[in-house]
Amino acid sequence: MTIIVTDGLTKTYGGGVNALADLTVAVDAGVIGLVGANGAGKSTFIKIMLGLVPPSGGTVRVFDLDPVTETDQVRARVGYMPENDCLPGDVSASEFVTHLGRMSGLPKTAARERASEALRHVGLYEERYRQIGGYSTGMKQRVKLAQALVHDPDLLLLDEPTNGLDPAGRDAMLALIHRIGNEFGISVVVCSHLLGEVERICDSLIAIEGGRLLRADRISSMTEASDILAVEVSDGTDDLAAALTGMGLQVTRDGRMLLVPMESDSSYDRILRAVADLDLNLHRLDQRRHRVAELFTKKETADV
Amino acid sequence: MSEAGVIHDIGYQRYRGPRLGRLALQQALYVQGLRAAFGLGRSAKAKIFPWLVAGIMLLVAVILAAIRSQTGQVIFTYMQFADQMSLLIIFFVAIVAPQLVSRDLRSNTLPLYFSRPLRAADYVLAKYAAMTTSMWLLLGVPQFIMFLGAAFTTKDGFRGVWNELGDLVPGLGYSLLWALMFAGIGLLVASFTGKQAFAAGGIVAVFMMTTPIFGVFMSLPSTTANSLAGLTSPMFLIAGVGQWLGGGADAEWDLGRFGPIYGIEAFCLIVSCVLLLLARYRKVASL
Repeated sequence: MTIIVTDGLTKTYGGGVNALADLTVAVDAGVIGLVGANGAGKSTFIKIMLGLVPPSGGTVRVFDLDPVTETDQVRARVGYMPENDCLPGDVSASEFVTHLGRMSGLPKTAARERASEALRHVGLYEERYRQIGGYSTGMKQRVKLAQALVHDPDLLLLDEPTNGLDPAGRDAMLALIHRIGNEFGISVVVCSHLLGEVERICDSLIAIEGGRLLRADRISSMTEASDILAVEVSDGTDDLAAALTGMGLQVTRDGRMLLVPMESDSSYDRILRAVADLDLNLHRLDQRRHRVAELFTKKETADV
Repeated sequence: MSEAGVIHDIGYQRYRGPRLGRLALQQALYVQGLRAAFGLGRSAKAKIFPWLVAGIMLLVAVILAAIRSQTGQVIFTYMQFADQMSLLIIFFVAIVAPQLVSRDLRSNTLPLYFSRPLRAADYVLAKYAAMTTSMWLLLGVPQFIMFLGAAFTTKDGFRGVWNELGDLVPGLGYSLLWALMFAGIGLLVASFTGKQAFAAGGIVAVFMMTTPIFGVFMSLPSTTANSLAGLTSPMFLIAGVGQWLGGGADAEWDLGRFGPIYGIEAFCLIVSCVLLLLARYRKVASL
C-alpha cells in the first residue's frame, strides 16, 4: 500500500531559500528512512505532511488525503515526534501523555488508558507517575515517542529519534521503532542524518540532499548483488592484479581486495586459474553486494 | 500482527473508539487551563500563590459579609470590592498568565499541540477563556459570599433579597469586565516570553507603570485632561467604564461627557489583545 505520494513537491521559503525542490516520490507502508544531511529538507518535508506549512508548488498526499485542505483527517492518523526537547518538567509522563491524547480527540477515559498503554509499549510503565523533569534523556525520548503513539496513528513521523542517546539507548530506540513498524502495524518515517542506524531497521529509504531526491528505493534493492567480483589473496596482490590485467580483465584495487567486473560465469574460473598459476592463497572470491552507503558516498561525504 | 509465540505480552491494541472534533479539544484544553490556573492537578508549589490570593479575597468577603449581617453597614459595594482588590488581581494575573502560556513556550510543547487537529486559534481562545473564567471566579465567588451575607440578614424579606440581587448582577458583570481585560493583557504579555518570572514581571510592570501616568493627567489643570486621565491605565479604564455604566455614583474622578470613550477604549483594548494573541500564535504555530 502506498501511503505518501508527492509530485513535484517544492517549498521555497521567503528570501528564496529552496527547502524542497521538485520532490517526486511514492512511499509504501513500512519503516521508511528519510536520510539527508542537516538542512537537506527533511524537517520541511515532515511539516508539509503535517499541514504545518503549505507547499509552494507540487502536490503531496498522505493516505490519499491532502494535508493542506484535509488537515484534521491527516493529523488524526499521523503521530509526530519532534527533534527538539518538547516536554514540560513539572508534570508526570502519564498526565502529559493523557493530556496530549485528549488533544488528539480521545475521550477522557480512553486517553488515560491509551496513555498507559503507549507508555508501557515504550518501556516506561513503572516510572509513568514520576515527573518528567527527573527523567534521563533516553526516557524523555521515550515519552516523546509515547505521545506520538497515544492516539493510535497509522503513520509515525519521527524526527531524529536517536538524538542525544548513548549507544545502548540508540539500539533500544531503534529496536522499538522496528517493533512499532513490524508488530504494531504502524508505518514509520524515521528522519536521520545517520545512514548506518536507519539502514538497520528500514524497509525502504528516501535520500534527499539540498531539497532534491537523491534516491528512493527499498533497502533490498539497494543492497542487491552487483556485477563485481571481489578477490582477496594473502599476499601477491600486485602480481595477481598484473596477471588478471594481462588476461584482459579490468582490475581495480580496493585496499587488500581486487575488484573485477564479472563479464560471464567463466570469470570465476579465469580468476581461480590465475590464482592457482601464481600459487597464491585465496582468501575470498565472491560477488560483491552493494552497501547502502555507497549510494551516497559520491555526493554526500560529510555526514554519512 | 503479533506473533502467536509471544504469550507474555498482549501486544499492541488498535484504538477503535470515537475521535472527537476540535470543539471537544478546545473544551478539554479550557478545562485543563482552568484547573491549572488554581494549581489543580499540579504540584503543591503551584497551588500556593493562586490559593493565597483567592484565600485573602475570600477572607475579605467573609469579613464584609459578617459586618454587613451584624451591623448592616456596607463597607464596599460589589463594584468597589473589585476595585479595592485590584492589586491582588494583578498579582493573580502575574502568576496565572505565565502559568498558562509561558510554560508551553518554555518547554517547547507547542509543536506537539499544533501537529494535532488543534489550531492556533483554538489554543488561544481556550487559554483566554480559561484565564477569564478563573479571574471571574476569583472575583465572583467572594461577591457571591457578600451577597449571601446580605441576603440572609435582610430585614425587607424577599424584596430585600431581590434588591440585593439587583446590585450583585452588575457587580458580577463588572468583574467579568475586569476578567476579560486583564486576561487579555496578561496573556498577551506572557506570550512573548518563555520565562515565567520575566512574564510575571512584565505583567506587573504593564499594570503598575500606567498608574503614575494617570496621576500626572489628574494633576493637570485642564478638566478635559482630568476626565480622560483614566484612559491611560487599564485599572482606571475599567473603573471609568463602571462609573459610566453605573451612573457615576461613587466617582473617584469626574468623567465629564467622556463616558462612552471609556467604553469604546475598553472594548477595543480587549479585542485588540485577543487579535494580537491570535496573530502571535499563528506565527508560533508554523513551528
